[in-house]
Amino acid sequence: MSKRSNEPFLWLLFSAGGVVAAMLIPIQLFLFGLAFPLGWLDGPGYQSLLELVRHPLTRLYLFALCTLSLFHFAHRFRYTLYDGLQIKHLNELINTFCYGGAILGTAVTAYLLWIIP
Amino acid sequence: MPGSAQVLPKMYRTRMSTYWWLGRWPYLKFILRELSSVFVAWFVIMTLLQIDALRRGPADYMEFQEWLRNPVVIALNIISFFFVIFHAVTWFNLAPKAMAIRAGGKRVPAVLIAGPNYIAWVAISAAVAWLLLRG
Repeated sequence: MSKRSNEPFLWLLFSAGGVVAAMLIPIQLFLFGLAFPLGWLDGPGYQSLLELVRHPLTRLYLFALCTLSLFHFAHRFRYTLYDGLQIKHLNELINTFCYGGAILGTAVTAYLLWIIP
Repeated sequence: MPGSAQVLPKMYRTRMSTYWWLGRWPYLKFILRELSSVFVAWFVIMTLLQIDALRRGPADYMEFQEWLRNPVVIALNIISFFFVIFHAVTWFNLAPKAMAIRAGGKRVPAVLIAGPNYIAWVAISAAVAWLLLRG
């Protein structure tokens, strides 16, 4: 019996992450990364942002956003190195770095969202 | 032909240059699109740092906001912003190619598949902005 490939599963995560990243990251990056720090717009205060993040739905939203985006990154970056630099001999190392990083990131995200007071 | 089975020709494969993607715009575009994933990861790291600062308390959060004002971080975020926009646009434009939907024996035009993606993008962005800006 041949070993089942987990490629379809990884592709599914990549694809879901691609949608999430495309739909949600631009606006959030624009606001938190540029508009608020540069003073173009007034961001939420500490208390209101904490309350927002505390909400179970926001936690769920942030969990999905962070983890799916990380798996999107892992899959795509792996193939960037594979196709772009053609470093096939480092496959094992690259896979460990990419998917390992995504799994670690998932654990960190879950932990952080869990312990918010 | 005796012995021909043993003398198999070596497979000939030309070695592609490591920089094959620099030669033509479509290739470069492909690599840039793939590289957008690095900036997606950067955004996640920044978001996690923000959540961490937020749960630690107001002082830590202030410090984090100060860090966001660092010119290097701003520059990185400007670049990241362009990359994530590039990711979004290429992703939505790819959707009609990934989903070949047929209706009434004809393929549904690309605009009808990509269009709703763009509409959803605008609506979702507006909703997120409203949540964060309502004061």
